[in-house]
Amino acid sequence: MRSVPNAEGRRLLILFVLLTMVTARADEAFPRGPGPTSIAGPAGQAPDVAPPAPRLATTLDAATLDRLVDPDTRDETIASLVEATDVRALPVLRALLEGNLYRGPPVFMEQQGTLQDALTGAPAQADRDQLEQVTINNRVRKMLERAVAALSVLEGPPGERLAAARVLQENPGPEVLPAVQKALARERDPQVKKGLQATAAMLALASADAAQRLAAVEELRKAHAKRQLMQRLEVERDPQVLTALYDAVRNVDLALQRAATVGLLFSGLSLGSILLLAALGLAITFGLMGVINMAHGELLMVGAYATWLVQAAFRGSRHFDWYLLAALPASFVAAALVGALLEITVVRKLYGRPLETLLATWGASLLIIQAVRVAFGAQNVEVSNPGWMSGGVTLLPDLVLPWNRIMILAFSASVLFGVWLLLRHTRLGLLVRAVTQDRQRAAGLGVRTPRVDLLAFAIGSGIAGLGGCALSQIGNVGPELGQGFIVDSFMVVVLGGVGQLAGTTIAAASLGVVNKLLEPWAGAVMAKIAVLLFVIVFIQRRPQGLFALRGRALEEG
Amino acid sequence: MNTATVALTPPAVSTPAPSRRLYPQRVWTVILAVYGVLVIALPMLHLAVPASSPLHVSDYTVTLAGKILCYATVALAMDLVWGYTGILSLGHGLFFALGGYAMGMYLMRAIGRDGVYGDPVLPDFMVFLDWKQLPWYWTGSNHFLQQALLVVLVPGLLAFVFGWFAFRSRIRGVYFSIITQALTYAAMLLFFRNQTGFGGNNGFTDFKRILGFPLANPLTRVVLLVLSATLLLGALVLCRALVLSKVGRVLTAIRDAEDRVRFCGYDPVSFKLFVWTLSAAICGIAGALYVPQVGIINPSEMSPANSVEIAIAVALGGRGTLLGPILGAALLHGAKSVLTVAFPELWLFVLGLAFVVVTRWLPRGVLGLVYRERRP
Repeated sequence: MRSVPNAEGRRLLILFVLLTMVTARADEAFPRGPGPTSIAGPAGQAPDVAPPAPRLATTLDAATLDRLVDPDTRDETIASLVEATDVRALPVLRALLEGNLYRGPPVFMEQQGTLQDALTGAPAQADRDQLEQVTINNRVRKMLERAVAALSVLEGPPGERLAAARVLQENPGPEVLPAVQKALARERDPQVKKGLQATAAMLALASADAAQRLAAVEELRKAHAKRQLMQRLEVERDPQVLTALYDAVRNVDLALQRAATVGLLFSGLSLGSILLLAALGLAITFGLMGVINMAHGELLMVGAYATWLVQAAFRGSRHFDWYLLAALPASFVAAALVGALLEITVVRKLYGRPLETLLATWGASLLIIQAVRVAFGAQNVEVSNPGWMSGGVTLLPDLVLPWNRIMILAFSASVLFGVWLLLRHTRLGLLVRAVTQDRQRAAGLGVRTPRVDLLAFAIGSGIAGLGGCALSQIGNVGPELGQGFIVDSFMVVVLGGVGQLAGTTIAAASLGVVNKLLEPWAGAVMAKIAVLLFVIVFIQRRPQGLFALRGRALEEG
Repeated sequence: MNTATVALTPPAVSTPAPSRRLYPQRVWTVILAVYGVLVIALPMLHLAVPASSPLHVSDYTVTLAGKILCYATVALAMDLVWGYTGILSLGHGLFFALGGYAMGMYLMRAIGRDGVYGDPVLPDFMVFLDWKQLPWYWTGSNHFLQQALLVVLVPGLLAFVFGWFAFRSRIRGVYFSIITQALTYAAMLLFFRNQTGFGGNNGFTDFKRILGFPLANPLTRVVLLVLSATLLLGALVLCRALVLSKVGRVLTAIRDAEDRVRFCGYDPVSFKLFVWTLSAAICGIAGALYVPQVGIINPSEMSPANSVEIAIAVALGGRGTLLGPILGAALLHGAKSVLTVAFPELWLFVLGLAFVVVTRWLPRGVLGLVYRERRP
């Protein structure tokens, strides 16, 4: 028996490393949405950006500027600038749009509070009182916005290019089509390309050629642009195009409905995965050991704060994006240590007296909350997502699955797998199950039950810490973080049936999904109340939970 | 099956042997002396002694005493189900709050035209929500007698229905505790909503008068204090008589070995249901007296933490002693009102430590400590 703890420790370590590797792999394997990455890494997407226009453009010169300032020739000048797709005109057009352009000569523009020559961009000095602002009316404003967007799709980071493409969809005009087509030809970012295609299709929808319109309808159907299709429906006269439009709208409606259902299911599963993370540790401490740990939520909180501390240590480092890899073991260890301390000081003395354990651990939870409040303040702390976790996958045009939610789903699945491995395929797991089933007999066979209790409790607590680490990525981290989860996670364990990982998993997933499915009808609070009442009623019908272990025990079967 | 190894036997709590008298004379003397202080000395010092005198008892103290008496009544009711019957409820705050809300409804209607918006019928929060008429469940809430009845009926009925299903399904031990906690949590979420019609987050406050007597009046305050003390005394006598009766013996037997009680031919369900409902009704009355004294009732009274505090008051004083929980509630809430003002950071540490220390080292509570000192 002497070597048991070491073997256990080694297995645990291996398991843990595996767990971390699984999560690390997961984020390498999944293709990432291009937008956020490129925002995070300024140099990363450089080849995508169009090469800067030649220093001396043909279309933006002193004469053009003068014509731009003159209200009589302004419209055609803007149109010609857009037609020439001269990116260099962008700052001037923006300045005009924002009222930062001043009549010359020479024409000045104001950028970030400093005056500069509109043509050369060189800093300039002028008496502000003498300057006359160039004003525009609403019609020109619309046109200018369009012009700025049309030029913006050619340049800048992908996020801005995409935003500009969306602006053009809202505010279409025939004159910007060449610019969009030019951008489309050289766009390499798939997401932006899609947006541009939709924009081009929208613009083509207004074309005089019926064949072009038909093609545009097809494009817009793919992009789920229902509003644009509906708008065209009102003015379209060509019967063939009309039929295509009707079909397209119906088609899009169906797809939207499907997207909404999938979205709802996803958010339900996502909530379920969070519940599972919160409840998995409890499934060990309560489900297997029969210890009511009311401080379980606080162990989540400890894990979240450990993540925050690790993040703070990584701040400013160039490996900041990978701080979570360090935070995972840190949160596990921190919560496991607190859990072990709790077991040694409180829980150990009260085995066999569940009601007392409940009260004592509640007291411990108050102590932990207050200690954290004193140490780190009562305010929420800021835990930021690493770059690779922000953004989302666009599954359908109307359904974006956020990366952090997907990660947590994958993460809770891998934690679940890890716990299953631990319980079923390690010596410690065997001992835990043995002690659970018959403490006296296990002790009689030479199992050191106090040690097994301590290890099992620490692992359950550590898993709560991992849950806290995950929670820090999607919600606020504050001293009261855990309080919101205690009732929910007990509901999950009780519903799932004690001592059953499968039951816990199914209970967590179904509680999450049911909650989210009820939400559109009843509102978030009523959905939650309904779920709580459902569990209360369900327990009356099946006191052993979804999956009952059969046994001969009379008390508390 | 796994918890079977972890048998649910509470530690031996000494139940006094049955006797004809409720309490020996010495104990009665103490009880009546405390009662006398509360209903005679305190009111006299509050009303008759001028405010400048050091002997004067302030408004704050009178309100605090009334508040603690209400908490003590709840702790007593809790002891009946936990200390004697072995059912740990983590939802007793719900019954307390429901009684309080029933009384609060009357008090809201009694404000009349003196509210901020001056509406003769609708309470302020309804005017604020732009409601045009009272919801149906507010019907007749301006009648004191109806609301006084509801103070007992609503918590009693809820407890009866909930207990009926739970006890029949043989839900016991920690499972029962957890679902009572879920129940009060669900109720809290429900009452937090504005649409529920009980004032949402803010609950009821700004009461003006009760039965025509202004609440700001010292005499009203004193009468409420006397009523609270009398309620506690009455509840004590009732509970004591109950636990000394044959029913009480069965309850204790259920606590110690429920299955054996069943095998002996008794039906534990009806006994548990009776004591559970009675306890809830007592809590409701305590809540109803609490609200006019404190001047506010809001959903935070239903928070799980509040209900757990009731349990710890019972454990602190000594379970299964009836007098212990009263002492425990007084100690706990006395310490709370002192510490949250003087050392706000310290209070949660003290409370948390109280939980740990009492459960680990004082299974018989403070009262057990005193007894042991006398008779080692």
